[in-house]
Amino acid sequence: MAHNIELGRRGELVAAEHLEARGMRVVDRNWRCPHGEVDLVLRDGDCTVFVEVKTRTGPAFGHPFEAITAQKLARLRRLALAWCEEHDHPTAQIRIDAVAVHAPAEAPAVVEHLEGIA
Amino acid sequence: MPVARTRAIALVGLAGSVVEVEADLSSQLPAFVIIGLPDTALGEARERVRSAATNAGCALPARRLTVNLSPAALPKHGSAFDLAIAMSCLAAAGTVDAQSVSRFVHLGELGLDGRLRPTHGILPAVHAAVRAGHERVMVPVANAAEARLVPGVEIVAVATLREAVVRHGGRPGPEPVRLGAAVEPHDAAITAVAAPVPEGDLADVIGGEEPIEALLVAAAGGHHLLLTGPPGAGKTMLASRLPGILPDLSAEAALEVASLRSLAGHPVGETLSVRPPFESPHHTASSAAMVGGGSRVIRPGAAARASHGVLFLDEAPEFPARVLDALRQPLESGRISIHRANSVATFPARFQLVLAANPCPCGGGDSPDEGCACPPATKRRYFARISGPLLDRVDLRLWVHRVTPTKLMMDRDRVRDPGASPPVTSREAREKVVRARAAAARRLAGTPWRTNAEMPGPWLRGEGGLHPGSTATRALDLSLERGGVTMRGYDRVLKVAWTIADLDGVERPTGEHVGRALAMRMGAAA
Repeated sequence: MAHNIELGRRGELVAAEHLEARGMRVVDRNWRCPHGEVDLVLRDGDCTVFVEVKTRTGPAFGHPFEAITAQKLARLRRLALAWCEEHDHPTAQIRIDAVAVHAPAEAPAVVEHLEGIA
Repeated sequence: MPVARTRAIALVGLAGSVVEVEADLSSQLPAFVIIGLPDTALGEARERVRSAATNAGCALPARRLTVNLSPAALPKHGSAFDLAIAMSCLAAAGTVDAQSVSRFVHLGELGLDGRLRPTHGILPAVHAAVRAGHERVMVPVANAAEARLVPGVEIVAVATLREAVVRHGGRPGPEPVRLGAAVEPHDAAITAVAAPVPEGDLADVIGGEEPIEALLVAAAGGHHLLLTGPPGAGKTMLASRLPGILPDLSAEAALEVASLRSLAGHPVGETLSVRPPFESPHHTASSAAMVGGGSRVIRPGAAARASHGVLFLDEAPEFPARVLDALRQPLESGRISIHRANSVATFPARFQLVLAANPCPCGGGDSPDEGCACPPATKRRYFARISGPLLDRVDLRLWVHRVTPTKLMMDRDRVRDPGASPPVTSREAREKVVRARAAAARRLAGTPWRTNAEMPGPWLRGEGGLHPGSTATRALDLSLERGGVTMRGYDRVLKVAWTIADLDGVERPTGEHVGRALAMRMGAAA
């Protein structure tokens, strides 16, 4: 596996752990459809949360959140609806979150979480 | 604290308004938005502030930052808001003490490495902050001397954003970018320009008492002056001696002069200069160069920069008529208003006008043997380029002759002769002018005017009771009767007569004073 894919998987695991520790329940991971991929789908109470996880080992390429562009957000919205359709899920309460994982090689990972980014 | 605020100054003309800069930090994807009518340079503050903060070791949080410049309807220009924007963002992020930041007015442009660069117009901006009741202003080191010219304010000068952060109780992380030397106040080239031009002394003037006396009268009464004469007669030399014999500026006037210089982007120096300014725009000047202009940032022109000093127009008939006529409003009201779609800028423009002109296009004109072949109609046409309404405001008209060998010889003899009176120096002349002005100011106490030139004619003859009496004005009355002077010209002669009397230290002008005034009015046939 290429380095960045491996890093991404590791980041998603860290993010899932972090969110579960905050009382959310993982429903789906790496769900794919022709539009693209959702990293994590969770339940937070009555709300279904779609999470985009960005992982970086250092600050050289900017903050992980800076990599989430307007296009990416639009795609996330479409993916959320597509997921709800396929799982026959009421779309009343959905939310899109972003999680940044700072994972330097020699230190424990640090997680930042933004709720309702779109 | 997710919301923090501080203040900056927006300048429109010489008037500054306090702008509240507030920053809001919200948990959204990283973005940096500036709202509140910024122009392009101000909109680009986004990039400067983010880079400068990162490179100063106190990066802005990767969240959504909204900066609002209030009042939102006031147009804002330029880069002097950078420091205020950066400090409000860092206060919102909790990097610096929000309380401390809110007590300051911040001015200055940021470099990408976090250095603070000087900006134009610091002096009027600081002045505006003080007038609005603010007591602490943070400025770039390079502007500190200029900012300190304003009394009654605490100036904190910082060289870098990092230093500003430390001042406000922040503890920046390790510095990723090593800075070289701080931005110096002015480089050598600019300082050289700032050095005062040697004025030259009145004692250098050869050619008799007449031009010197006219110059003294102009300085003492604040009268506008027209010098006519062939090329090489010394018109420019005379005009450039005028600021040297004007009295020192009051503290308020000196501050205004320095503010206008600062706004025009000229160096101001470390101390307020109390000498009146001298501006001599070239005759190809556009009206924007003369009265001021610009589409967004409205800058003062030569007439505004000459406020409280001398505006010298050499080769006056060569100026485009539009440019000359643009001076009529400031000559009348002492102010220049420049109207643009989104704002009106007003500059002070209470200058003393000195016009110099050749008598005809070929320049000879003085006497037939100098080879002037211009027909009278051409001469008239040439002079008519200076419009009547403008010429009407000129009290003194002096004909300047070329220095003849005889005059030069007389001058040399006088220098050799120990018994002769030495030539009048600028210093002596200035003392006389100061005394004469004081006399005029005493007489005009309780009126809105301070110099003889400002007195309106009807007031002078009526309410003011300053008509010297019909015995003294016999020659003038005769001239009026014969159509030699108009009624307006009559008033002007009276004003000049009062100035001559003030210079002589007498109570009231006598017939001799009126006669000399009349001669100075008619000196150039125009």
